[in-house]
Amino acid sequence: MNTASPLDSAVLRADFPYLEELAGGRPLAYLDSASSTQKPRQVLDRMRAFYEHEYANVHRGVYRLAERATEGYESARHTVATFVNAPSEREVIFTRSTTEAINLVAYAWGLQHLGPGDTVLITELEHHANFVPWQFIASRTGAAFRHIPIDDAGELQLDALDGLARDNSIKVVGVGLVSNSLGTINPVEQIAAWAHEQGAIIVVDAAQAAPHRSIDVQALGCDFLALSSHKLCGPTGIGALWGRRELLEEMAPFNLGGEMIRSVGLDKTTFNELPYKFEAGTPAIAEAVGFGAAIDYITGIGLSAIEEHEHELTRYAMARLDELDWVRVFGPPLERRAGIVSFEVAGVHPHDVAQILDWEGVAVRAGHHCTQPLMTRLGVAATTRASFYVYSIAEEVDRLVAGLHKVKESLG
Amino acid sequence: MSEFEQMYREVILDHYKMPRNHGILDPNDAVAEGQNPLCGDEVTVSVRFGEGDIIESVGFEGRGCAISQAATSMLTDLVKGRSAQEIAVMRKEELLDEIGIPLSPVRLKCALLGMGVLKVALHRSRGTPLPEEWGTSSGEISVN
Repeated sequence: MNTASPLDSAVLRADFPYLEELAGGRPLAYLDSASSTQKPRQVLDRMRAFYEHEYANVHRGVYRLAERATEGYESARHTVATFVNAPSEREVIFTRSTTEAINLVAYAWGLQHLGPGDTVLITELEHHANFVPWQFIASRTGAAFRHIPIDDAGELQLDALDGLARDNSIKVVGVGLVSNSLGTINPVEQIAAWAHEQGAIIVVDAAQAAPHRSIDVQALGCDFLALSSHKLCGPTGIGALWGRRELLEEMAPFNLGGEMIRSVGLDKTTFNELPYKFEAGTPAIAEAVGFGAAIDYITGIGLSAIEEHEHELTRYAMARLDELDWVRVFGPPLERRAGIVSFEVAGVHPHDVAQILDWEGVAVRAGHHCTQPLMTRLGVAATTRASFYVYSIAEEVDRLVAGLHKVKESLG
Repeated sequence: MSEFEQMYREVILDHYKMPRNHGILDPNDAVAEGQNPLCGDEVTVSVRFGEGDIIESVGFEGRGCAISQAATSMLTDLVKGRSAQEIAVMRKEELLDEIGIPLSPVRLKCALLGMGVLKVALHRSRGTPLPEEWGTSSGEISVN
């Protein structure tokens, strides 16, 4: 990995106001970035400046303030398009979230293309966001709903693919680029090539990947890719869907109303051009601007530097947890793992683990992480998950381990 | 020069108040209509060809802002006597130079509406390429 300028967390931490909140004289050890990231001043300042000096509704106003607002909104679209290496900005649709982006595809593409005799294929470690919409649309359309199984380490069993394709019925494959529960980096390029051999499209959930590694929709060879702003230092309430133009053009709209029309009559309505066909209603304008500022912030740090930083922290965390024979870490080896460590403490429920860690000023996630089928496969009800981002430091891993000793002492 | 005078140049107001080539040709070889969803401008453009797909006459009707109607009027003067194939790939800058006023992105859509509609008409009748934003079969819903 080429890391020309490595990431300096000590410097970056000054950008994050949340670290100014002290508990017991120390800042919070926030180890829940896979759930949502904290926000740097650069993003917050940009959004405030936008609201103070550039705000109006977009696309319609003729006055200059509306032009500036539109420019801010559309320039954020340009930033997202560049970020995922989209061939055209018209292929980038702002949505409320990754979840809404996938629902858009499931409804607008799925209802039109799926029926009895077709199969929807997802993975056993899929986040519910790329699972439940497809399960629902499959049930609505009469399509079969099947999954790519995982092995005990939480890696997809690709040798099961050809068996799944035996009846030639697969029409859509849904797969996450990085598992939010285990950190598994899935071989999406390979699955995309395979899906296309089946005549299927592939829908990639990149919510957990986009903050941490470079995304290139063209290199991945996917048909749709969804991401969220809030997981990469941006505001909540905004995400994006990238889709191949031919597919987006033939799809019916998902939400209908203002902005997505070309003309409306009592007997007939014609839809607007891409991407506006899929952006009914007033969008989250300042949030889109904040999304763009967040992408600028993390690309300024450098995605390869971020990846390397998280890799080192993950290596350190796994080594420290490995010292504790009463802690079991789930998931793949370090080489195929993003900055996520899911584990269980023998005999202690994850909610109790997280509760005690909170009293030690360590924030982790406890639960099924919106991946109940995966939890079932692992044979656990829930796990405790620590996850990292640009502001995470090794000392916080030490605080996690110290907290786990307290957990062991009190409940283990 | 005031901002008003910069945008509503005399030539713009002249075309707006006295549009050239006004009215739908009957009969015609090609016709299309289009709207600008942003401000509701509407334009219908019709074309009659001479030999070799040369645009012999062109006529338009519309309803909308001064920029959209004046720009379409100026366009009709520009395209007469030229071939369908040539106009299909006519660059927007050619019309914008003729209009000769600074236009924001929103007003640009007004100014280019007529050109897009004309290219749609040529496409339907002569199979010439469509401009990118009009190439979308974005679809529609109809009710009875």
